[in-house]
Amino acid sequence: METTSKLFTISVYTENNIGLLNRISAIFQRRHINIESMNISVSEIEGVSRFTIVVMMTEEKVKKIIGQIEKQVEVIKAYYHTEEEIIYQESCIFKMKSDLLFDERQIQNIIKDSNARIVTVNKQFFVIEKSGRKEEIELLYRELSVFGIMQFTRSGRIAVSKEEMKISSILKAINH
Amino acid sequence: METKTIQKTKETLQKTEHLTGSEAIVRCLLAEGVNVLYGYPGGAIMPVYDELYKYQDKIHHVLTRHEQGATHAAQGYARISGEVGVAIATSGPGATNLITGIADAQIDSTPMVCITGQVASHLLGSDAFQETDIVGISTPVTKWNHQITKASEIPEVMAKAFYIARSGRPGPVLIDITKDAQFEEFDFAYEKCTAVRSYKAVPETDEDSLKAAAKLINSAKKPLVVWGQGVILGEAEQEFKNFIEKAGIPSTWTIMGASAIPTEHPLNVGMVGMHGNYAPNILTNECDVLIAIGMRFDDRVTGNLATYAKQAKVIHFEIDPAEIDKNVKTDVAVLGDAKTSLAAILSLINKNEHPIRRRAFDDLYAIEYEKVIKNDLHPTKEGLTMGEVLKEINIQSKGEAAIVSDVGQHQMIACRYANFNQTKSNITSGGLGTMGFGLPAAIGAKMAAPEREVVCVCGDGGYQMTIQELGTIFQQRAAVKIVVLNNDFLGMVRQWQQLFFDKRYASTEMTNPDFVAIAKGYHLNARRVTKREELAEAVAEMMQSKEAYFLEVCVEKEDNVFPMIPTGASVSDIRLS
Repeated sequence: METTSKLFTISVYTENNIGLLNRISAIFQRRHINIESMNISVSEIEGVSRFTIVVMMTEEKVKKIIGQIEKQVEVIKAYYHTEEEIIYQESCIFKMKSDLLFDERQIQNIIKDSNARIVTVNKQFFVIEKSGRKEEIELLYRELSVFGIMQFTRSGRIAVSKEEMKISSILKAINH
Repeated sequence: METKTIQKTKETLQKTEHLTGSEAIVRCLLAEGVNVLYGYPGGAIMPVYDELYKYQDKIHHVLTRHEQGATHAAQGYARISGEVGVAIATSGPGATNLITGIADAQIDSTPMVCITGQVASHLLGSDAFQETDIVGISTPVTKWNHQITKASEIPEVMAKAFYIARSGRPGPVLIDITKDAQFEEFDFAYEKCTAVRSYKAVPETDEDSLKAAAKLINSAKKPLVVWGQGVILGEAEQEFKNFIEKAGIPSTWTIMGASAIPTEHPLNVGMVGMHGNYAPNILTNECDVLIAIGMRFDDRVTGNLATYAKQAKVIHFEIDPAEIDKNVKTDVAVLGDAKTSLAAILSLINKNEHPIRRRAFDDLYAIEYEKVIKNDLHPTKEGLTMGEVLKEINIQSKGEAAIVSDVGQHQMIACRYANFNQTKSNITSGGLGTMGFGLPAAIGAKMAAPEREVVCVCGDGGYQMTIQELGTIFQQRAAVKIVVLNNDFLGMVRQWQQLFFDKRYASTEMTNPDFVAIAKGYHLNARRVTKREELAEAVAEMMQSKEAYFLEVCVEKEDNVFPMIPTGASVSDIRLS
């Protein structure tokens, strides 16, 4: 097994209960593992939540972590994937001074070339949104930062696996 | 909340009754067969206590002298009976005082349900009096926990709590109930939980893994079985015995596995681990197939993992999939309940005997006997040894007693030398190593099994961590036999200081009180022994007592426990001195 650290995306299907976020994050904290990003949302199944957690570690470690996550009573199933096995996106938002749109014309080109979009413009500021891979977002950040960014925030990764996850059939099997 | 429990018997709807939340809690406990619980009252749990008062002819509440004592008593109850132990406390400090016992139950897989009162729901997060986030605090040390803020949640959550605590790999569950939910009235109906959709209590045993395991076992020349508490928790003692007897494999136990088969069983070759027996530790690194059953390869068992059984093929019978490959790489994992998997493999294995192998154990035992055991059990020096006290207990109990030990040197001696004829007889804090466990755990054990002799073996350090539970023993008339092996030291730490810190005895010497006077203060029969000539008679007097009895034995101050595998060393580097 691979002994070097790399990025893994962990997908966890869970019941939608208070406290489960704490329980799952505690598994990482206890092992002194830093979480690169975490996103929690609804999933394709009604009432079932989906955690998407990105971590940097060895495959041996991530396997053990999956075991500990699945051990939790309210976790239905957990998976881990390498970068090649998933399709993923992140999203980010920039708030910038509206004057820049007129004073620095290349900003409009940057927005166009990076497939970002302007969400809103008013007299004081305008807001740019961009979805994409981490590197694309980082590139856009570098390009815009020279003009001065008023506010910036980036979402955690969201990802789907190329292979089927079969959660519905797992739930069906447990139910019968 | 959405608990998503599956109630298969929906058609058997029970009639509902209009109750308060607090009465519903007591009714849930009764429905789960609870007739004794351990706890300490306080503001936020008072409505439940008021109901416990009304139901006192049906459910016996034991007032411990500290909430930690309540959890350990519940653990002792669970460990000797296999039933779920129940502890109850108020919010804030009452709840946080439960944490040590909960953590202990989590690491030792003890089924326990803890109920805590909580401030009223409108006060949550306001830093109200005795408010603490006990659900947050207990999350890493519970199998499951949940906060109830509406009375209507009580039946389903309580049913789920008991189901989760006792099923699969057991563990502690904490239910926090706000005070307003305790007062609230609702229509109560109880239905036991039989499944939770996101939780698989017991993984299925795969036929192929059984075949692969049997093949390895049948071809093994030098096999070794290491069993743990999974055999006891799974009530698989008979299946385990059938298995090792048919395969003729020498079998060694972890501290938590002790007593699953009798000490005198010819295939029982003793304890593995840091202070285990010489032969099974040495021969772990010489076996060709290591068969681990219901154990988790704790570091106190394996020593240095890099040199642990590297020559062996490893078979792991285990109920918890997360344990597979966690510490030791497994060649064949047999998932499932030990009772089922051991019964299933029996027809696949050949009848065998390993006489040469058995001789190897006997030869190494002879070395350990000469170097260690003889001096522990039949000392010629003046000072009393802990081992000879255990020997006397064995003689008097004829191996029928349950031995509840605390943590430290005396614990290792108790586990090494106690004779066990019956299962569920070694009650000790294995994983967490909780000093103070022994005395309250013995109370719970005695109450769960009043027909059994329960001997609590403590050191002078751990005994004083929960010494106040003498009050519980007195009030409950719990006929616990308490033996304090007093060396006026925190003996195990002192041993390490001697061996690894150049005898710098930092804060390990104890200036002790008059233990006999303290016991007498609680109206217990009590006696102190300082001379060998008095020992046998004193132990006999204690064991013949129908009531609780306290015996202090003043032992040699600076004796060490051997054999010993130093931390980080290989199991085969076990030291005899």
